Amino acid sequence: MLDIQDTTLDTLKPGEKASITKVRVKGSARRKLFDMGMVAGAEIELIRNAPLGDPMEYRIKGYHLSIRKEEARQIFIQKL
Amino acid sequence: MEDREIKIALTGNPNVGKTTLFNALTGSRQHVGNWPGVTVEKKSGRVAYKGYNIEVIDLPGTYSLTAYSMDEIVARDFIIEEKPDIVIQVVDASNLERNLYLTTQLMELGSEILIVLNMCDIAEDRGDRLYIDKMQELLATPVIRTVATQKKGLCDLLDKVIEQKELKQHHGHEIGYGNEIEEKILDIEKVLIEDEKRDKRYPLRWVSIRLLEGDDNVKGKIVNSPVYGRVMAIIDSIDQEEYEAEIADKRYLAINTIFPQMCTRANDTLTKSDMIDRVLTNKYLGIPIFLALMWGAFELTFAFATPFMDMIDLAATWASEYVSSSIHPDWLASLVGDGIIGGVGAVLVFVPNIFILFFLLSLLEGSGYLARAAFIMDKLMYKIGMHGKSFIPMLMGFGCNVPAIMAARSIEDEKDRLITILIVPFISCGARLPIYVLFAGTFFGRQAGTVIFAMYILGIAIAIVSAKILRETIVKGKPAPFIMELPPYRVPTLKTSLIHMWDNGFMYIKKAGTIILAGVVVIWVLASFPWGVEYGSEASYVGSIGHAVEPLMKPLGFDWKISVALIFGLVAKEIVVASIGVLYGTGDSSEALSERLLADSGVTALSSLSLMAFSLLYMPCVATVGVIKKETGSWKWTIFAIVYGIVVAWIIAFLIYQGGRLLGY
Repeated sequence: MLDIQDTTLDTLKPGEKASITKVRVKGSARRKLFDMGMVAGAEIELIRNAPLGDPMEYRIKGYHLSIRKEEARQIFIQKL
Repeated sequence: MEDREIKIALTGNPNVGKTTLFNALTGSRQHVGNWPGVTVEKKSGRVAYKGYNIEVIDLPGTYSLTAYSMDEIVARDFIIEEKPDIVIQVVDASNLERNLYLTTQLMELGSEILIVLNMCDIAEDRGDRLYIDKMQELLATPVIRTVATQKKGLCDLLDKVIEQKELKQHHGHEIGYGNEIEEKILDIEKVLIEDEKRDKRYPLRWVSIRLLEGDDNVKGKIVNSPVYGRVMAIIDSIDQEEYEAEIADKRYLAINTIFPQMCTRANDTLTKSDMIDRVLTNKYLGIPIFLALMWGAFELTFAFATPFMDMIDLAATWASEYVSSSIHPDWLASLVGDGIIGGVGAVLVFVPNIFILFFLLSLLEGSGYLARAAFIMDKLMYKIGMHGKSFIPMLMGFGCNVPAIMAARSIEDEKDRLITILIVPFISCGARLPIYVLFAGTFFGRQAGTVIFAMYILGIAIAIVSAKILRETIVKGKPAPFIMELPPYRVPTLKTSLIHMWDNGFMYIKKAGTIILAGVVVIWVLASFPWGVEYGSEASYVGSIGHAVEPLMKPLGFDWKISVALIFGLVAKEIVVASIGVLYGTGDSSEALSERLLADSGVTALSSLSLMAFSLLYMPCVATVGVIKKETGSWKWTIFAIVYGIVVAWIIAFLIYQGGRLLGY
């Protein structure tokens, strides 16, 4: 269980799935991420990076959501 | 019997088809698109049905009622303060879980809810199965199926609205947040209720939950209450971030427990939309395709328009000749011929460009590509201190700056939004095009296209540099996080695109018939008086005005006539061309005007370049200034936008003209 806290969303590779464990993003983005379904236990999959490498496109709750690496780095996951 | 009134509000996540439903219900033709945030203001319409007069209000789309952005506040305040009889939440059946998150919040607000399940066709084509009866039972609220684009299910919906209004039974239930949070909610409620003067439209439980979630907007509403200090003491005693997470978790948990009974989702198969994205946002192809699309749109705008422009030009020339030979007395012939037909005609020639431009923008919008454009461009935008979402208003700015500035509302962060509003006026709108076409066409012959393209690039470059400067000086800080839904691609309907094209193109024609017409009449009067002077000569009033500002404009290569045209162009940039038409008295016909400019106007290729750059950059037109004031709510920023524009325009035009002269042109 030790490695759970170390894995963050930005390390996911295209096609890999994970379950969100904790959102450490601060400020108004925090609530926005919750609104968009980024809550603990939600399943998330990386679809692709944008052509310039950032932001990323994820699938969550059956739809596609884009966020930057900067936020993804503060979202903790457990790979599935 | 008098018609009974019912007021219903349409709410729901962005891009679920609220406006399509609104249009289908009320017969309006509000603009719809396929990117989150098309509707930025509430719109209202009416429908008469079975003896009821139903007012329908279309609210901006929101993911939640947490008031993260301005359109969310518009939607929330309306629901709370105007208390519509029924709140209809339009739900995207293919995206049920996230859509239901808003439902949980609407229920907390105590609204009378009715759920409209839209886009069932998309969900079912994908292989999802929806159990509507089960959904009604589990959510304890009526659920109606519609396909708004095909006007299916509208009567069912209206019948249900009437039934629900007459029954007056309350639907919906609340979510429990677990012992610890529930205790705090109770604590806060107990304190809040002591304030007799509190705003009773806001349910106590809802206010308490919002406060625990750290909603500053709600906090602001009770800041003057005598119990404020005690409420804050409770809030300060908790780990607010944890509560925020816990509350959101609980809402989604509630959805997750009922969701599998309402819908079985097909396995994640690769949809058409996914396949399109594999190409359009591909690592290597994404950017070339993006650039090709932008360039293609630009090319089409000009290539398609040319034959139509020639036709309008021909008609205007004929009208002008007819007028000068058949109308008496001479002064009237001059007013109609030189003034009205000359001025307005010069502007109408560009109607085909405007129509095509808006048609293409609408195709991009309706397909869902604009959201991808923001996705592709975000990294670059971030580098210049802007947000990826600012890209959409900037792109729309090529059509008209006014709706573009309004579209900036979907940008959540106030600073990101302010910067976007301040730089959009540098994006070359359709109204500036006539100026380029006239001068580039006259002085640059075969290179005209390149010169016009350079003007667009100049506008973009100035916008970028300005954004960077603003970020480093008065609007310090980093762009807000990019959190955006990428909606599935849809085939844009031809009807929607044509309506969008017509409405915006018609606005341009209307402008030609009103504000520009008035402008050219004023210019004609000023050019013809005092009585007896030669028309448009230095002795006329325009001559005096022109001479007064000439010293300022001389270093840019502008004589007094051009200076006058630029002053009048402040009303609307098309007037620059119109007033040049009037001042040179060429009747109409851009051909005749071109000849005059080449022959003896004193305008050279170099000064025309300086003039094009100046027209592009100097103060935004009156309509844009108006919308900047409205959207920023601040005279300070409005005046800043004006002064900044004029200063930048002067400097750039100065550099072009004086630089060119040094180089020997």
